[in-house]
Amino acid sequence: MKGPADLIFYVLAAMTVGSAILVATLRNIIYSAVALLFTFGGVAGLYVLLSADFLAATQLLVYVGGILVLIMFAVFLSNRISSVKLSNPVHFRLPAAGICLVLFGTLAYTAVSPAFALKARVTYQPTTAEIGELLMTRYLLPFEVASVLLLAALIGAALLSRPDRPDVARPDMEEPK
Amino acid sequence: MLESLAISLVDAVPVLSGVPLWTITLLIMVVVAAVVLTFALTYAGLATYVERKVAGDIQARIGPNRVGPVGILQFLADGIKLLLKEDIIPAKADRFLFVLAPYLVFIGSFAAFVVVPFGVGLIASDLNIGIYYVMAITSLVVVGVLVAGWASNNKWALLGGMRAAAQIVSYEIPVGMALLPAVLIAGSLSLQDIVRSQGGLFGIFGWNLFHNPFTFFSFFLYYVAALAETNRTPFDIPEAESELVAGYHVEYSGIRFAFFFLAEYGDMFVVSALATACFLGGWHVPFLNAEALPAVWGNLFSLGVFLGKALGLVVVMMWVRWTLPRLRVDQLMRMSWKYLVPLTFFNLLGVSLWLLLFQGRGIPQMIASLFG
Repeated sequence: MKGPADLIFYVLAAMTVGSAILVATLRNIIYSAVALLFTFGGVAGLYVLLSADFLAATQLLVYVGGILVLIMFAVFLSNRISSVKLSNPVHFRLPAAGICLVLFGTLAYTAVSPAFALKARVTYQPTTAEIGELLMTRYLLPFEVASVLLLAALIGAALLSRPDRPDVARPDMEEPK
Repeated sequence: MLESLAISLVDAVPVLSGVPLWTITLLIMVVVAAVVLTFALTYAGLATYVERKVAGDIQARIGPNRVGPVGILQFLADGIKLLLKEDIIPAKADRFLFVLAPYLVFIGSFAAFVVVPFGVGLIASDLNIGIYYVMAITSLVVVGVLVAGWASNNKWALLGGMRAAAQIVSYEIPVGMALLPAVLIAGSLSLQDIVRSQGGLFGIFGWNLFHNPFTFFSFFLYYVAALAETNRTPFDIPEAESELVAGYHVEYSGIRFAFFFLAEYGDMFVVSALATACFLGGWHVPFLNAEALPAVWGNLFSLGVFLGKALGLVVVMMWVRWTLPRLRVDQLMRMSWKYLVPLTFFNLLGVSLWLLLFQGRGIPQMIASLFG
């Protein structure tokens, strides 16, 4: 494939990888979070290039609208985050490097293996109906398992945020008399 | 769509055949983007004027009346003022993030204009995932608001930013759930398809609003939840003047403040446009099929109809703003999670059952079939 699609691919890939490196190396965790925004954006762009527009939008909705906002909230709610210069310290360099190497090897091996079907031309067909059908038939079990997992997480969050003694109502959540 | 437009352009103007096709496509994209942005900015400017006039009427005063006839040029004066004002970045602020945040909010808000179906053929890009795209791209606004609140290094800004983010994230759920009935009826996420599914001979009874009782309530649930998602009164907790001075943009001035301001008005239009496209029949009017008209007139007519409906809803937002008092922050969260979310889920279930039981036919269609 020649032309602008190649160029766009390289720009997006550079953006994804570059910002991912920043996420890992920046010392300020807020900066890491903002760099993560560009990583997610780059991955979403790659999905669009592969004509997986639904997946791209999901990537933005779930990771930017959900995970990233959650990370920022966690940072804001922690104590004295702005005064701590090293809020994103580096630990365990050597084991991390080993794990990364193994992961990279596995991914590279899978990527070059001929198991992927290549599409000749990028087309933007509606994919949602097909995805929905597959989720309800072939991939029903993984789908349901993921739902149960999320439900468990929801119940856990509700339990954690409950007041310690259920008989004592929290005064700040009460209607003024 | 743009590529086919580029091909037809090359066919019409033979001189261009030497130029690679993708440059022409890119050029058309830029032109389309410029047109949409110009519309969005003009609308936002005029909306500020209308808002002040509406406020004036409701509070029994005159409102802006000095610049131009009946003050109509006030928004231009305000725009120039905002451009020329000193751009202040607080000394203790995080410079990089402080500068970045307005762009994130602005992009998140105005990228949604791409899929707004202004008319029969007037849509910048008719994506297959139209509605879903709007939901996804507006999540940039949340990040922008949070970053703005943090980078300002100001208590009020941080509180405002966190309130705004919590509110937008909470109300995203009822907004999405309230829009899904329209998607179910049309069987497509594309906004243009959803508008087309509401045509037919029934006039306004072809609109999703009157399809069945559940869609009727869905529209109002959507409008309320969307009002909250745009952070406007009675849901303007993030910028509650009496508590937070101005919320997440308290430290911003000049053109950077203008970005936040424009994004809010852009959000109002996008929300109203989605309500119009999903429930009020988009550019359909009773007894006249815009698609059957000649291309130019059909497009102009449908553009007028769509803008009329959408801007009408924007004016209702302004009216509500000056009518209702502000909610408290815990009341706001309770309203979303305890009332709107369960109600929209119930509505979605109701619409699904209705479509299953009556093979996708709405009440108007059933009444029509009674009379043959």
